[in-house]
Amino acid sequence: MATYNLKVNGKKHQVDVEESTPLLWVLRDHLGLVGTKFGCGIAQCGACTVHIDGDAARSCITPVSVAADYAITTIEGISENGDHPVQEAWLEHDVPQCGYCQAGQIMSATALLKKNSSPSDSDIDDAMSGNICRCGTYTRIKKAIKTASNQNLS
Amino acid sequence: MSTTKKTLGRRSFIKNVSLAGGGLVIGFNYLVSCKETPEAKALGMEMPKEWFELNGFLKIGDNGVVTIMSPNPEIGQNVKTSMPMLVAEELDVDWANVIVEQAPLNTDIFTRQLAGGSQSIRAGWEPLRTAGATAREMLKQAAANTWQVPVSEIETKEGFIIHTASDKKVGFGEMASIAAKLEVPENVTLKEKSNFSIIGTSRKNVDGKKIVTGQPLFGLDTQREGMKIAMIVQPPAFGMQLTSINDAEIKQMPGITDVLIIDSYTEDQKLSYFDQAAFTKLAVVVGDTTWQVMQAKKALKAEWELAPEISREMNIFGRTSTVNRPAGLENTSEHIKMMQEIGVDKATLARKDGNPEKAFKNADRVIERSYSCPFLAHNTMEPMNFFANVTENRAELEGPVQTPEIMEKSVSERLGIPLENIDIMMTRMGGGFGRRLYGHFLVEAAVISKEINAPVKLVYTREDDMTNGVYRPAYHATYKAALDANNNLIGFHVIAGGIPESPLAANRFPAGAIDNYLAETWEVPSNITTGAFRAPRSNFIAGAEQSFLDELAEEMGKDPIDLRLELLEKAKNNPVGENNDYDASRYIGVLELVRKTSNWDTSTSKNRGVSAYFCHNSYVAQVLDLEMKGNQPKVKDVYCAVDCGIVVNPDAATNLVEGGIVDGIGHAMYSAITFKEGKPEQKNFDTYRLIRHNEAPEKIVVDFVQSDTDPTGLGEPPFPPIMGAVANALYKATGKRHYHQPFMASQELKG
Repeated sequence: MATYNLKVNGKKHQVDVEESTPLLWVLRDHLGLVGTKFGCGIAQCGACTVHIDGDAARSCITPVSVAADYAITTIEGISENGDHPVQEAWLEHDVPQCGYCQAGQIMSATALLKKNSSPSDSDIDDAMSGNICRCGTYTRIKKAIKTASNQNLS
Repeated sequence: MSTTKKTLGRRSFIKNVSLAGGGLVIGFNYLVSCKETPEAKALGMEMPKEWFELNGFLKIGDNGVVTIMSPNPEIGQNVKTSMPMLVAEELDVDWANVIVEQAPLNTDIFTRQLAGGSQSIRAGWEPLRTAGATAREMLKQAAANTWQVPVSEIETKEGFIIHTASDKKVGFGEMASIAAKLEVPENVTLKEKSNFSIIGTSRKNVDGKKIVTGQPLFGLDTQREGMKIAMIVQPPAFGMQLTSINDAEIKQMPGITDVLIIDSYTEDQKLSYFDQAAFTKLAVVVGDTTWQVMQAKKALKAEWELAPEISREMNIFGRTSTVNRPAGLENTSEHIKMMQEIGVDKATLARKDGNPEKAFKNADRVIERSYSCPFLAHNTMEPMNFFANVTENRAELEGPVQTPEIMEKSVSERLGIPLENIDIMMTRMGGGFGRRLYGHFLVEAAVISKEINAPVKLVYTREDDMTNGVYRPAYHATYKAALDANNNLIGFHVIAGGIPESPLAANRFPAGAIDNYLAETWEVPSNITTGAFRAPRSNFIAGAEQSFLDELAEEMGKDPIDLRLELLEKAKNNPVGENNDYDASRYIGVLELVRKTSNWDTSTSKNRGVSAYFCHNSYVAQVLDLEMKGNQPKVKDVYCAVDCGIVVNPDAATNLVEGGIVDGIGHAMYSAITFKEGKPEQKNFDTYRLIRHNEAPEKIVVDFVQSDTDPTGLGEPPFPPIMGAVANALYKATGKRHYHQPFMASQELKG
């Protein structure tokens, strides 16, 4: 067990966990931030995607010891009132079916748009193909990303 | 307004309960749609009456806000939005003033809740509207009494009660407490379909905002004071069982509080079809946090032995049947060999029209092709999990399950707790696809909680989930067509079977369209557990049949849509045989619509495949375009025509159809579970391939047949036929017919 200082969504937290503990379980079990989902545990489905220093990262394989030095953003922290352009685009296109993977999809999409405000279809495929949607909402996700693109993304 | 008489007797149907704080609560359940459907019959599933029943209620606050309880479990099929729309339509409330809440099972008001089989909207269509209309009529009566005017002069609109002659207008909220004291009317009139203002208009997912902001909604998000985390360790192979574990050692690990062996079901317990579980003796590790439990689970050493043959009685939709699971460790290579050889020897007759033997004997040419598909895991993105808090004589359960009522009985039976002391709350589910009909994980959670005497959340890892069975069965079908010298189709023969069940629907198209028709079926038992997977049986036989018809059309020198239409015209005008389980006119309707929307006759697209199928009371036709990039197919456009009667929530319905198409393309091309010595060879998404963004179609165009017919199924029907469209387009693109799923068996995985 060791003590780690984390900065999540702009707030500081101290947790006492084993150093191998993945960030995912620190978020979910210790900080009560359950928006980040468990899907596979081996970085193959993207449900656990968060931002670490602005980059999309799979929190299920990122040990807390590695994440501790960086600014972490989760789905709960990308906007104050749920009005990030990507969130709004998701609602406009009524993307979710079951909804379970969508937090991870949104985190991958926001990371993409921060770097590339006007992504092509193949840019979207490259950035998003690590996020599985079992309900098959891929075409809507693509439309929503395009709606959110070219907007002033914070 | 129509004057349809509703058979909603007060005693069996409507319960009027005055709330302490005023307002009107109407409990409703729907017993009117419980009749066995032809669809259920064709699937070999005799649905229990309870299948179509549910409870819910609506509350009208004195401020006019209406809470509509959503009675059915939400698995992503949009029922939490579209079912309350049915209530709101007849209530005449402004949708903006509606709050939707998930109804729990087993409260003082609710008595029965079940969902499944693409039947929610179809079964809820009249009862839910009637519940809305009943409340509306009571509000009108309350106003009539208060204003001393005839109720016939009163109208309702968007949450207001209006009497034009005296220029009176009040909100529902103002009459709610008066209405609550009135007798519930025996008969109510439902709106004419032409007067609908909510049904048929697109309404956003009521949970949309919560989903995109990451609010707790799912079973896995459940957190309670003092709650422990539990995980199971199950045998590594089907056909094996647990003998012992190194529990003393594991108990020493950090954060671990209990290590035990449980029997999730006892040997003499009465079981239903939905109680089937691959493994009932399980090692369990319990601790404080998920990661600690995961570490202990990895370190746990267990001893296993070969399991004996198991034979148990199960209540399968009201009938007691004996289910056999043979002993042994099974292999996919043996399954394939068995499926290729067994049909000829073991098939039994399912349907015969005319004289097929003679037709084949006299044929100028016989075309014979065989098709197969592997076992599939449902792979809901949210793995199986459930919360349980079991005390001396009480159980509180919360989580994702499609059959809460049935599983409540299982818990009661297993733990000896009376039904009235068991509460189940359904969470939004991270996918269902049929997997969560089989709620053994709920029973496991309850048994663990009882054993450790603490609230607990049972969590399956992805590996547990994927290797736990309840798979889509492996299927096989051989089709034969007899052609005469003039290329006329004179005979048709299908032999279909599977492990452990047959996919054959003997009375579906092309039965009824061919004079000499023979359908045969076979089954082989297995100890690999299987269950309903989105559009059971149809999810294979549709693709096989539609691929064969495509090849037949080519052999006959006909356009593939023309051939289907010719056969359907025959079935429509001069049907062969009895009990044909489809409406040829509606089949023709979707084919003609997709022919138009896809520009079939004028398109220059070369690599197109067409397919059409009927299941769950609805008709779907699809045209799919693809191109090859190297040896990789890339789906370009998909055109889809659907006849599911009236569409309640069009944009959400379109989403569901798009999803079914993506899902079907993915499973046809990429997915499989295979076995070696009883062990599943795929345990996670590094080896089990699901369709990803870059493999999804570029464009999906969905059109619904304009219809006044009451709604029919939608969650499942778009899924089966697309597999045939994929196979037929792949042939155009590669020159090679694809008979065995998954079509892209050995492609690279992308993580």
